[in-house]
Amino acid sequence: MSTDSTAKTPAPAPPGSKNASGEGLLQLMLDGMRRNMRQYGMLMALGLIVVLFAVWTEGDLLLPRNVSNLVLQNSYILILAIGMMLVIISGHIDLSVGSLTAFIGAMSAVLMVEHDLPWPLAVVLCLAIGAVAGSAQGFFIAYLGIPSFIVTLAGMLVFRGLTEIFLKGQTLGPFPKGLQKIANGFLPEVGPETNYHNLTLLLGFALIAFVVFQEVRDRKRQQEFALDVPPFKLFLLKLVALVSAVLVVTLLLASYKGAPVVLLILGVLVVGFGYLMRNAIIGRHIYAIGGNLPAAKLSGVKDKKVTFLVFLNMGMLAALAGLVFAARFNAASPKAGLNFELEAIAAAFIGGASMSGGVGTVLGAIVGGLVLGVLNNGMNLVGIGTDYQQVIKGLVLLAAVGFDVWNKRKVGS
Amino acid sequence: MAGPVLEMRSIVKTFPGVKALSDVTLTVRQGEVHAICGENGAGKSTLMKVLSGVHPHGSYEGDVLFEEETCRFKDIRASEQHGIVIIHQELALVPYLSIAENIFLGNEHAKRGLINWNETLRHATELLRRVGLAENPETRVADIGVGKQQLVEIAKALSKKVKLLILDEPTAALNDEDSGKLLDLILSLKDQGMTSIIISHKLNEIRRVADSVTIIRDGHSIETLDVKAPETTEDRIISGMVGRDLENRFPERTPHHPEEGTAPALEIRNWTVHHPIDQQRKVVDDVSIEVRRGEIVGIAGLMGAGRTELAMSVFGRSYGRYAGGTVLRDGTEIRTKSVPEAVGHGIAYATEDRKHYGLNLIDTINRNISLTALGKVAKRGVVDEHGERQVAEGFRKSMNIKAPTVFEPVGKLSGGNQQKVVLSKWIFAGPEVLILDEPTRGIDVGAKYEIYTVIDQLAAQGKAVVFISSELPELLGMCDRIYTMAAGRLTGEFSRAEASQEALMRQMTKDKEVSR
Repeated sequence: MSTDSTAKTPAPAPPGSKNASGEGLLQLMLDGMRRNMRQYGMLMALGLIVVLFAVWTEGDLLLPRNVSNLVLQNSYILILAIGMMLVIISGHIDLSVGSLTAFIGAMSAVLMVEHDLPWPLAVVLCLAIGAVAGSAQGFFIAYLGIPSFIVTLAGMLVFRGLTEIFLKGQTLGPFPKGLQKIANGFLPEVGPETNYHNLTLLLGFALIAFVVFQEVRDRKRQQEFALDVPPFKLFLLKLVALVSAVLVVTLLLASYKGAPVVLLILGVLVVGFGYLMRNAIIGRHIYAIGGNLPAAKLSGVKDKKVTFLVFLNMGMLAALAGLVFAARFNAASPKAGLNFELEAIAAAFIGGASMSGGVGTVLGAIVGGLVLGVLNNGMNLVGIGTDYQQVIKGLVLLAAVGFDVWNKRKVGS
Repeated sequence: MAGPVLEMRSIVKTFPGVKALSDVTLTVRQGEVHAICGENGAGKSTLMKVLSGVHPHGSYEGDVLFEEETCRFKDIRASEQHGIVIIHQELALVPYLSIAENIFLGNEHAKRGLINWNETLRHATELLRRVGLAENPETRVADIGVGKQQLVEIAKALSKKVKLLILDEPTAALNDEDSGKLLDLILSLKDQGMTSIIISHKLNEIRRVADSVTIIRDGHSIETLDVKAPETTEDRIISGMVGRDLENRFPERTPHHPEEGTAPALEIRNWTVHHPIDQQRKVVDDVSIEVRRGEIVGIAGLMGAGRTELAMSVFGRSYGRYAGGTVLRDGTEIRTKSVPEAVGHGIAYATEDRKHYGLNLIDTINRNISLTALGKVAKRGVVDEHGERQVAEGFRKSMNIKAPTVFEPVGKLSGGNQQKVVLSKWIFAGPEVLILDEPTRGIDVGAKYEIYTVIDQLAAQGKAVVFISSELPELLGMCDRIYTMAAGRLTGEFSRAEASQEALMRQMTKDKEVSR
């Protein structure tokens, strides 16, 4: 484990030598990737899956309408995956989110359909109910020390049961137009008539500008601290790849009906939680309790409070997912959200979380969720039956985590 | 007397960066009880791991001869087949299986994979009678006390047709009565012709059961003494255990003379803690200590003396069950019920076990350093990564942490550098009182010197330092005052001038009955 630091660190890429001799960009790329296998591994896998299905479906996968669909179809799983990532980083698990999603859907229907509450009020109430449900589980886990697996397994049964009780076994709908628009709607059309959706283009370009700014600033800072930065050519390549990926998605969405509203919500969540996990004290504490709980306790981290908050947050995100899901299908059903917890957990692990906690990123959860989402969508398009789909998804999960374990062992960390 | 049954010749065992055994020779005669004694970290356990095949043949140099045959054990199973059985300090029993099931675990009376319960119970009963344990063999191990569990371990060893029984600090976790029974059992097994090796640093025990004692110090076997010979006194053994010279291994230090009249920076009064599971047992028993600003106060004690338990329970009740006592800072009583409270009162505790209790090994240097005091590099709950990096860079330079960047995961650093990260982390928290638990354990001499220098500087800045260590030379070299602990109780207090290795060791090896 603890060998001499100088001996174990991968030797920094021979400075300049290869660069100057112009041995080629490919070599540089391979070197860079090898060193950052864990970061790029899943992103590359996602790219590969996209290309594979794009070819297989003869381009249907990347049709504007389908890309738009992909976002709408996976939004609720992605929302859950963000919360699940936090739960798993903190060293826990949450099996109740699928049932909770259904339960909140049911509550929203009861409030809006049966009692005709105005939808914004109902949404706030539903998020609050989700927070209460999450904090109830968090209380048992954090303060009473009952393993999260047990508590949330109980929650899974309880919330599923409550869903059926409140819905009396029926399907309830339809929802108010305003709420439907959140789950199925697109950003409003503004400005002059072009062939594209203007607001979406604008947002896309803003995102591109932000990404470029961020990357350039990061690189500058790293250089300031005399850190080992990747060669300029590689940096440029990465930048081009990032920008073109954003551009392609933007154009695809803009040439259909524009960016879905949920995409915006997701974007806010990703940026917000990404920032929280990276920069906020609470984020650090989540990594710390997952990475080494006794050490975190002895460092004065209020582990119980942090765990509690992680589950409160998960409850709230499950509520959001429940609302989006119910609104998308314009009905609350007792069978909603089946196996969502498994999809969210799979997304987190494919996206780089570790069973023992302490590792993972919010972006990773999104990448993991997209891997599953594109697989689902692509396999549907080429007409693979759901039977085979499950087998394939299971194997992908196994392969992703297996690769990670193997890679870790090789690096020896 | 009979000839040697075991000979270990010039054993050398190296771990990456550390030479655990440099030259150990051990000869055990047939039918004797042979004690091995030495300070913590002297190499006793490593030697027994070589003997029992935990460190397989080929991973060490030197020869092991058992019954005049050279041994080439590749694992524990191989050594057990030759009749060498080791009973570790931490018992290896499965708590929710019965006594009988535990005794034959891995060695079941079975036919075609099916257990023969009649034979199992019959044999278990016979073995229990042999070790003098009056329990139903179907009782769960979790339901009997630690002392009885120890006997079950021995019964398990006997079931394997043991010829050489090795006991690693068998009485460390036992109370006086159970210890007495266990020692009697060792003697009665000896009468039946069993050869045993007992690792212990309780001198009264050694005198009671052992025929000869081999002293190990710093990975060398120093000497083998005949315990029954009149010239082998406890003092003679102690001088063998500690007898090394103090070279220039410590920074020049002007001893601190505390001002009279001011209250101590930290005072602990009548602190008592019970074992977290075995709640009858007092792990810390009515301990009172104090430390003043600018002072380095040592706590000496052997394994199980209760030093770490004292420190951890004071630091936010992080160990055991609190059973009484108060903590005062600058003369005022404070609450230290949680770690944040203790840290808030300016107390820091740097653990002896940096891998499990000190560091998040998968995280980077900078994030480990900032964890205890993230508020210092954050505004409104948001960490300023720039500032954090500067703090970490500062420590990397001042503490000489050898790492290419502060973004290196601490799991990849050497022990010495990890320890520097632990210290940096607590220094960054800005405490007034630092409790350092074995701050130099498992690190090389050069890094030790650097850490001593840091500790010295902290005291010079007016911090109060509690220095827990089982290495007497470093306590003598660094401390203004030294307390000794044994079996959970304070057994002595020495000024720098009064303290000597022999005097300290005498108080550290004091067991309850002796101190009466």
